[in-house]
Amino acid sequence: MSGTDRRLTLAGIWIVLLAMPFWLPYLGGYTELGSRVLVMALAAMALNFLLGFTGVLSFGHAAYFGLGAYAAGMTIKYLLPSSIAGILMGVIVGTLAAMLIGALIVKLRGVYFAMVTIAFGQVFYFITFRWNDVTGGDDGLTGWQRQPIDLGFTKIDILGNDKAFYYLVLVFFALATGAMALILRSPFGRTLLAIRENERRARFLGIPIERHIWLSFVISCFFASLAGALYALLNNFTDPRALRWDLSGNFVIMAVLGGMRSFWGPLIGAAIFVVLQDYVSSQTENWMSFIGLFFVLVVLFFPRGILGIFRRRTAS
Amino acid sequence: MTQLIVFNVFNGLIVGAFYALMALGLSLILNLSGVINFAHGGFMALGAYIAYSLMPYTGFWGALVVAPFLTAILGLAVERVLIRRLYGRDPLYSLLLTFGLAYIFEDGTRFIWGAQSVPYQVPAILTTPLSTQFFFLTGYRVFMVALVAIAVVALFLILSRTRLGMRIRAGTLDLETVSALGVNVRVLRNLNFGLGIFLAGLAGVLAAGLLGLQPTIGTSLIMPSFVAIIVGGLGSLPGTLLGGLLIGIASGIATVYLPSATEAIMYVMMGVVLLIRPRGLLGEEGRMH
Amino acid sequence: MSRDDKPGTIRRRTLIKGAAAAGALQFASPFILKASAADTVKIGLCNPLTGTYAAVGKNEMIGCQLAIEQMNGKGGILGKQAELLVEDSTSGDAGTAVQKSRKLIERDGINFLLGNVNSALALAMAQVSNEKGVLHIVPGGHTDAITGATCHWNVFRVCNTTQMEANAVAGQLISKMGKKWYYITPDYAFGHTLQAGLEKACTKLGGEKVGADLTPLGTTDFSSYLIKAQSANPDIIIFLTQGDDMVNALKQAVQFGLDKRVHLAGAQQELEPLEGLPPEARIGTWVFEWYWNQPNVPHVAEFVDAIKKKTGRVPTARTWFGFVSTWSCALAAQAANSLEGAKVAKALEGMKLPPEIGLMPDQPFFRAGDHQLIGDLFVGNAQAQGKMDDDFFNVTEIVKGTDAAVSVEETGCKLTWPA
Repeated sequence: MSGTDRRLTLAGIWIVLLAMPFWLPYLGGYTELGSRVLVMALAAMALNFLLGFTGVLSFGHAAYFGLGAYAAGMTIKYLLPSSIAGILMGVIVGTLAAMLIGALIVKLRGVYFAMVTIAFGQVFYFITFRWNDVTGGDDGLTGWQRQPIDLGFTKIDILGNDKAFYYLVLVFFALATGAMALILRSPFGRTLLAIRENERRARFLGIPIERHIWLSFVISCFFASLAGALYALLNNFTDPRALRWDLSGNFVIMAVLGGMRSFWGPLIGAAIFVVLQDYVSSQTENWMSFIGLFFVLVVLFFPRGILGIFRRRTAS
Repeated sequence: MTQLIVFNVFNGLIVGAFYALMALGLSLILNLSGVINFAHGGFMALGAYIAYSLMPYTGFWGALVVAPFLTAILGLAVERVLIRRLYGRDPLYSLLLTFGLAYIFEDGTRFIWGAQSVPYQVPAILTTPLSTQFFFLTGYRVFMVALVAIAVVALFLILSRTRLGMRIRAGTLDLETVSALGVNVRVLRNLNFGLGIFLAGLAGVLAAGLLGLQPTIGTSLIMPSFVAIIVGGLGSLPGTLLGGLLIGIASGIATVYLPSATEAIMYVMMGVVLLIRPRGLLGEEGRMH
Repeated sequence: MSRDDKPGTIRRRTLIKGAAAAGALQFASPFILKASAADTVKIGLCNPLTGTYAAVGKNEMIGCQLAIEQMNGKGGILGKQAELLVEDSTSGDAGTAVQKSRKLIERDGINFLLGNVNSALALAMAQVSNEKGVLHIVPGGHTDAITGATCHWNVFRVCNTTQMEANAVAGQLISKMGKKWYYITPDYAFGHTLQAGLEKACTKLGGEKVGADLTPLGTTDFSSYLIKAQSANPDIIIFLTQGDDMVNALKQAVQFGLDKRVHLAGAQQELEPLEGLPPEARIGTWVFEWYWNQPNVPHVAEFVDAIKKKTGRVPTARTWFGFVSTWSCALAAQAANSLEGAKVAKALEGMKLPPEIGLMPDQPFFRAGDHQLIGDLFVGNAQAQGKMDDDFFNVTEIVKGTDAAVSVEETGCKLTWPA
């Protein structure tokens, strides 16, 4: 895409996102749905950093998402009733975990890497499930709420005001995607693409593959845990199922559906998936079959995703 | 205390044998085709439900024999229609596909047989303990271990003595060469998948006698299978068998000393194995990619 | 790739794109809000219809549906027809339940909220309903906190607290079975509070705890726990597990022949797990919160027939929970002559359920101090087969809720009403 095209698309996306609380109700949506889409989109884009741009399949990203959620909730509940502190802790905990686990698994590839990420995802699910006294176990972490943000000169009531919270999420979303875009455009980001295209050749060029993959993994989980922290604030609640492998699978399908090779693809994928799941589960008890069928159809017929179709058209 | 430990070790072997059966099927499919079959638990549940539906007509033993074959046929069909298209592609796609299938299977079983648990009748001769001291050695559990042992032996015989088995083993090492030698790789993958699903179906029928039969029965057993494969060694079937047994025994012992760690212990084992010997206990070199 | 340049492929792509666009349109249209019938009273049910809790969640929904049919037949609520809006909270992550509750309240404009089977989700939903000032009745979420430490002015609960269940059944356990108890408890708040309640009741009656094990939810193999329990030589092994865990635990206990060596019992039991057990495993002493086979209580037979007509099976306690919750909304609205949250909540406090809805020997009522429904509890033994189909429970004693319940102060509930 040419430079102006790109800038126009970018402007278009941001205008749509900025105005979302206003046009969404006309389509039968509600502001909270919009916030949810943004959070999921951030998680999917975080995953795509690893999946689409580095070519490494992680199927256990919900673990870091959930860790971010729990850390945020527990901070507000036990340590400091501050939303910002919660978000900060969420990101720190999730990233630390990623650094540790990444080091353990970075030697594996392909399906085996995926399997291990799934297994580690389960480890955290299991910990939050069992460590009742601290995490609330199966009942989840309750009894806390997102706190209004005190900026000194004014207080932003993100608890009572859905729109205010939506814009807070949007601010973080903007910062995160901006950071991701910068990283991808840097020499480091270029190296990741090289690893994706042909790992062996990259190795022969002297690139320290494992270190790069580890870094990519950590960065990806950094943003995923940010999404998780925001998710906890969105619900004023978090529970172990935010860590389970089905949520991980949902992130992957969002990335694939939107188009793994494109930066904004996962945003579109998340929007479609969240709205679809919301709609289908209201209409029928058997929504699982439809979602499952959806997965199957996307894989068989839309492997390049929605933006993949458009890209092919402009390319040819 | 020693008695408790001994009991739990024995019991752990029984539970481990069951994990191993599930994991072997998964491992077969993974090794040859590089597909992580997320729907393995779903096939297992289907096997159990099919046996349940057959029981009024064939009785317990008939259902035990027939249900795994029916499940395997379904597996062959799924492979032929859906999974086959994905072999050339990134393993991501087969993972997503089987993930979607798992959803469909769970919802399908709920739709056909209801969300309610259904009672699965095991013949009375099997449900009595064999001795009052070792009361947990019920006829059924011993029978289950015996059946798993037979299945494992049969599997290894197939793999080592038959032509199909030889081709599968060769295929896991180098599928391209096998294909170049004129073997029909498509059929090979198809049959291998069916074999793996047969084991899943068998595991399902056995599980139904042990656990309550409800649509979510498959999902709880997928994780131990994964861990068994990782611990035992990627690419190695004996490793998977060993992994399953180890997990079972470890869980049993954990219950004695630290009950809350009964589940955690298998993940700890996995972590340790990954740290010390990433390819797994019996894993082969170069299998990690 | 040259393959894509062939005309056939391009045409297929266009076809797919066309289908995608058509499909997208399909999805767009429902979002354009239909002119919703503004003249109905909307009751929103957010309950699990898939996943682990699907069976009980659906039964509650069936009870709700019957109530709606009945009340509409009698003219509806305050002259308007009642409508039930159902959302699947799934047994998945709480975010979905919270989101659906918000959707029901904000977008669909429900007047009453019902749910959830899962205690955690019930608590999360209560936060939302409290924020929005909507009357919220919890049919089957058992955690004590709902009418205890985290009670709210707009939240009411139909099913019993764990303490009530413990108090109801403890007497029979001590007198008929013995004093040494071993607990097999599911590791979540419900299990913990139920065990704590039983321990309290047990010590009061002179019993003792010889051991306890916390089992993770979703445990499939109880053999190691049963081995431990057996070696502690108790009089009774107390199973506090629910649902699928209960089925697994009992099935295995009977397979081990433990029922011939010790007594097996517990507190809360429901028809759903009993239906899932093979006949020889339907044993033990338990407490039910409602049972369908009440020959001497009027109106129960009609309710049972109505449900049998709908589903072909007898109603369970869950069906009754949903039925009562929905009818309570109507009764409260009628008493308050309004649909406004605070007014209906005030009207519901202390309300006694009429016999066609109470369906119990004593008349259940919502206690004013904590909004807990106090009715009867049915203690008895599970049986392989009764005289009728589905009669898997033999009631031996009816315990009055007023006897089993603790005082409002003990629950820790302090209600604060909005200004």
